[in-house]
Amino acid sequence: MTSNSTSIDLAHPAQHSEQAGQPIISVRDLVHRYQDRTALNGVSFDVRPAELFGLLGPNGSGKTTLFRILSTLMVPTSGSATIAGFDAVHQPGAVRRHIGVVFQAQSVDLKLTAYENLWHQGHLYGLRGAELKARINEILTRVGLLDRSADRVETFSGGMQRRIELAKGLLHHPEVLLLDEPTTGLDPGARRDLWQYLQILRDQEQVSVIVTTHLMEEAERCDRLAILNEGSLVALGTPEALTREIGGDIILLEAHDPQTLADRIRSKFQVDATVMDNRVRIEIENGHRFVPDVVEAFPGEIQSLSVSKPTLEDVFIHRTGHRFWNEDAEPAPDTRKKKTKKT
Amino acid sequence: MSTQTATFPATAPPSAGVLLPAFTLWWREVVRFYRQRARVVGVILSPLLFWIVLGSGFGTSFRSGQGAGQQNYLDYFYPGTLVMIVLFTAIFTMMSVIEDRNEGFLLSVLVAPVPRAAIVLGKVLGGTTLATTQGLIFLVFAPLVGVHMTLVSFGLIALTVFLVSFALTALGFAIAWPMDSTQAFHAIINLFLIPLWLLSGALFPLSKASGWIRWLMYANPLTYGVEALRTLMYPEAPSSFSFDFSLTASILTLVLFALFMFGLAFALASRRTTKPAA
Repeated sequence: MTSNSTSIDLAHPAQHSEQAGQPIISVRDLVHRYQDRTALNGVSFDVRPAELFGLLGPNGSGKTTLFRILSTLMVPTSGSATIAGFDAVHQPGAVRRHIGVVFQAQSVDLKLTAYENLWHQGHLYGLRGAELKARINEILTRVGLLDRSADRVETFSGGMQRRIELAKGLLHHPEVLLLDEPTTGLDPGARRDLWQYLQILRDQEQVSVIVTTHLMEEAERCDRLAILNEGSLVALGTPEALTREIGGDIILLEAHDPQTLADRIRSKFQVDATVMDNRVRIEIENGHRFVPDVVEAFPGEIQSLSVSKPTLEDVFIHRTGHRFWNEDAEPAPDTRKKKTKKT
Repeated sequence: MSTQTATFPATAPPSAGVLLPAFTLWWREVVRFYRQRARVVGVILSPLLFWIVLGSGFGTSFRSGQGAGQQNYLDYFYPGTLVMIVLFTAIFTMMSVIEDRNEGFLLSVLVAPVPRAAIVLGKVLGGTTLATTQGLIFLVFAPLVGVHMTLVSFGLIALTVFLVSFALTALGFAIAWPMDSTQAFHAIINLFLIPLWLLSGALFPLSKASGWIRWLMYANPLTYGVEALRTLMYPEAPSSFSFDFSLTASILTLVLFALFMFGLAFALASRRTTKPAA
């Protein structure tokens, strides 16, 4: 396992704040233990201003715990998290003024109208009167729901309710927007809209966006990613850099007896062949040249074969030695730890 | 420069303070209630039914005994029913704390720069407003049981109802805050709050209770609410207490009860947790 990547930035926090272009979020040696298990085991990373930063990990990887600590809902066992220059543990009030948070769980009140939800939210942030009214209309325009302003949120579709959630999080002009699995339960169209909007926020309003996800295709849209596994940071970097790091191609073979086939490929070609999900998986340079060799070497034993460029899932497998999770499995609730299959 | 010692920059938006967030949470509580018609109907009709059915039934059963002095039982039971309305409205309103937590609404309030005191104050005053309103609506039936209020006695009754509402809502908040299921909340209501009401002199007079029950009733702060209401509604009726305890003393007891419960709710809500908040 190569979990101690050189890309993990361990610069001392005291030097950070002096430098120009200092990070908007600094996480240092964050550890969190629940009674019986360690959810975060010494995580450190920085987020730059106006960056779309992803926290990718399977359930139980610690990303929800990390999200709760960053949003000041939970106090870590040890370590520090600094947001916009304030300590999330010791200065929660100051941090709260600079962050907007969109939770996975629904926080809009269905019995209130869109306008009332935002009116209520604005009061919590000290906004009032004409200023608040103008801001509500502005943000409702941004999320395209101004014409539904006076309708109760219970009459909205899932995607529209999400947009109101987003409007709530952005109402007070936060510098940092934290989103926990924001596309849960959304159809593909609404998902795409949401991600486009996050990119607009980053580009036009210089908001730093931190988003947790367990979806690879969403993670690929981030500027930079932190990949978490079992409480530890296993990779940090741009999606391109992370996938490039693996090099070569990924070959997947289907066979009647993948274990035996993998053993024989290993001994014949001296390549690293493993069995994952009942398929033989080979990471290799110039995969297209290897394909004819392996097919000819084991005639009739290979049922199907695919060659592909590495994805973020391959990065995860490469770093942890096991799959992210089974493709079709519905994500389990975050409170329960999902055991991924180990090879 | 260490971030630990950083002071708030001048550019930080001003704090929302306590009153504005408390107001908006209060407003939401009240609006939500009146937008759920079933809740409104249930809260008014069920105590009324309870009062008429139980009061009439008990009235005939206990007529032979001394009961509550010369009073008709339906009359005796009236202040107790009022307290029950207040109890149920106050406590059930605070079930919204659990719902808010399970949904995610509470999370969005907790990550806002709002002092915890404002959250407790807003929620508790919201519940108090609803409970007090329901209680006062029930006063419409007062003339039917021979209660004739002056402006002063009405004001004092309203004050008593408010204090009982506030204390019980704060109690409901304190019970609901650490909970994550409404089922557990119901269990607590049955185990703890119904006996609290039964032993308040609402159903049977303290003077007729036997030894240890009587001491429980003396220790029950709700007893002083029922007693204050009964004294205000039936000035001629004899006091239930075996010692001299004035109306002022009863009301002061309620003030202390309310303050203590608010303090408890505030203390619970102020804890920062290392456990999952949702």
